[in-house]
Amino acid sequence: MSEVLAPVPAAAPSILTGARKGVSKIALIGNPNSGKSSLFNHLTGLNQKVGNFPGVTVDKKTGTSFLTPQQRVQIIDLPGTYSLYPKSLDEKVIIDLLHNKKSDFYPDALIITADASNLKRNLLLFTQLADLKIPAVLALNMMDLAGKHGISIDLEELQRELGVPIIPVNGRNGSGVAALKILLSQPLQVSTATFFEIPDDLLVMVRQIRYYFELSNDYLALHYAHQYQKLSFLSEDDKEYIAELVKKYDFKSNTLQANETIARYVRINEMLLDAMQVTRAESNEQQSNKLDQILTHKVFGYLIFFGVLFLMFQAIFAWASYPMDMLDLAVATLNAWIQSKADGPLIDLLTEGVLAGLGGVLMFIPQIAILFAFIAILEESGYMARVTFLMDKIMRKFGLNGKSVVPLISGVACAVPAIMATRNIDSFKDRLITIFVTPLMSCSARLPIYTVMIALVVPETYVLGILSLQGLVLMGLYLIGFLAAIFSAALMKLVLRTKERSYFIMEFPTYKMPRWKNVGLTILEKVKAFVFQAGKVIMAISIILWVMSSYGPGNKMEQAEARATIEAKTQQLSEQDAEAHIAGQKLEESYAGQFGKFIEPSIRPLGYDWKLGIALLTSFAAREVFVGTISTIYSVGDSENIATVKEKLMAQKDEFGQPFFSPARAFSLLIFYVFAMQCMSTIAVVYRETKGWKWPILQLLYMTGLAYVSAFAVFQIFS
Amino acid sequence: MQREQKSVRDLKIGESGIICCLNDPEMSLKLLEMGCIPGEKVKLNSRAPLGDPITIIVNDYTLSLRLDEAATIMLKA
Repeated sequence: MSEVLAPVPAAAPSILTGARKGVSKIALIGNPNSGKSSLFNHLTGLNQKVGNFPGVTVDKKTGTSFLTPQQRVQIIDLPGTYSLYPKSLDEKVIIDLLHNKKSDFYPDALIITADASNLKRNLLLFTQLADLKIPAVLALNMMDLAGKHGISIDLEELQRELGVPIIPVNGRNGSGVAALKILLSQPLQVSTATFFEIPDDLLVMVRQIRYYFELSNDYLALHYAHQYQKLSFLSEDDKEYIAELVKKYDFKSNTLQANETIARYVRINEMLLDAMQVTRAESNEQQSNKLDQILTHKVFGYLIFFGVLFLMFQAIFAWASYPMDMLDLAVATLNAWIQSKADGPLIDLLTEGVLAGLGGVLMFIPQIAILFAFIAILEESGYMARVTFLMDKIMRKFGLNGKSVVPLISGVACAVPAIMATRNIDSFKDRLITIFVTPLMSCSARLPIYTVMIALVVPETYVLGILSLQGLVLMGLYLIGFLAAIFSAALMKLVLRTKERSYFIMEFPTYKMPRWKNVGLTILEKVKAFVFQAGKVIMAISIILWVMSSYGPGNKMEQAEARATIEAKTQQLSEQDAEAHIAGQKLEESYAGQFGKFIEPSIRPLGYDWKLGIALLTSFAAREVFVGTISTIYSVGDSENIATVKEKLMAQKDEFGQPFFSPARAFSLLIFYVFAMQCMSTIAVVYRETKGWKWPILQLLYMTGLAYVSAFAVFQIFS
Repeated sequence: MQREQKSVRDLKIGESGIICCLNDPEMSLKLLEMGCIPGEKVKLNSRAPLGDPITIIVNDYTLSLRLDEAATIMLKA
């Protein structure tokens, strides 16, 4: 025993030297709502990147920051957490990173953010991090709020107690950020203080782990004992080794974690006795409470929530239409200008393939921007937490959780980030159900289809003078998606019979004015993701489609052209009609036409023809391709290319000379796209999140089946 | 004859008590980290429209939790 307890040489404090090896890494860590994101935005501005942590699918935000004009550092934004004992998958990333010195993202230093108005609880995480002995600085946020609460903090005293530099910062106006940068550009020391003494009876085991893994301090070794099952970088042998020790020394992880937490609070209370004075409290609490009485009121609470949702959908439809029309017109004008200047297959590829696809991507930027602006504002202001609170009991009836509301609402933007957002749901069952039903929420990729189809068959009139009828129909589609989601969840609750507890312990953030810079950066990030991720697929498919619809097997297309030319002459068609007739005949003989005709029998019952068949197939990869596809299909052979998509579709006639896009067909298509899981990215993300093919395949079959049956019913009823 | 101990669940809106202990080992760590520490004062602040979840004020900030969870926070008599 004495050998094991022999003094361990103190780990050399690793110091931050910017020029050492490339770029230094600084991790930003703190409690949720402690101002972490604001500080991240102030430090990095527009130099942000979103990626995945290696091996896991949690969003990792990194950014570069210039501490001095010469010294560049990488800032890693970690998920908000209350402690180093993670409860959710989201928080697990933190220990995977901080407990593994070999990780590519192991930080050279930490910026720990803390909310000064809530110091006691915020310091819990700080003391754990300090005991890990990573060089750190404490960024103390919301000093003004603390002042309003009647809390005064003696920074010098606190700095002495904590053993690390403290910088007061203000996430709202960015004050203190300059001082923080100067401090970080100097070598930082690790905290000299220890906040938790590991009980003597644990030391033997802890030291064994420490030697075995060559760890730099005891507290880190203790964490290995607590969390070895969660540390993904440990090998099976390593885990086995710890498991044996844990058994041998009868290591009661739960109790010990609780005892440690209480011991830390005792120590924090002692420290704050000298460093913090409270004269009066609860002033801000009362203000927030008054708002809560209205916003979580039995009647008004729900009314306001639905009002907010309604405003959001009206905004997406009504406000976004002006910039959308302008973008649409701009692309069409550019197309016409290019075609007036030059001719040939390459020009056709550029205008009908590339630009048509590009138009389909760019056009929807306004809608996505407005949607994410709303979501970001709701999140930032603290209202989203109230929505969770309002909805928890209702959601629970359907096998979901109040926290499922956030993924479900985010699902109206895009299912991919929404499914990733389920990671903060602690219960596996609740999480699985949320993942399964989220794609039923109408995402922004469906908006293009909704917009075009609604514009075709719903008149542009106003109900009661102010409510756009088109807006109401759009909201109805979202509602259908939402109802399908919650009823599917209830169904799954019956099928999945696992006994697992779900938690709903959550801090209620105080209401705040949204920080517009944060809102702006969120919008920028989401629009960028849409343009680059969805855009790539859409462009590629547009080009493939153009090729498929411009060429056919053998010389079938030439034959069709010759035949159609003669037909046009004998029928004495006008020049324009003749061209359209020839183009139509050619398209029918192209590869795309063959493809569409092949699947036509299976979609006839829904009212669709082979042209829509092409669009259905291509949009299987991603539904936003639908509009691009039909605009490509209908513009090929169209001599005048400046007509907008809507006008082109309106001109389509069925075999009886009636408009092809009748209400029955349009509504059938709408319902199909409300339910169908036409998105490769979603399938991929579900595969990653559930770690297998079982759930994504079940989901695909379920949603496609639901879509087919519903679209069939709608077409039969309306026609 | 021993009366059952009171928990946060039994509080009325606006009423407060002192936390004595947490009786669910699984949940207690989460609650401890969120500041529900034995000896702290806890006040039932509000209820959601359907009666559940509730919000409590502990350590000068608002925490929302379900009734089942509140029932594990025992109060001093």
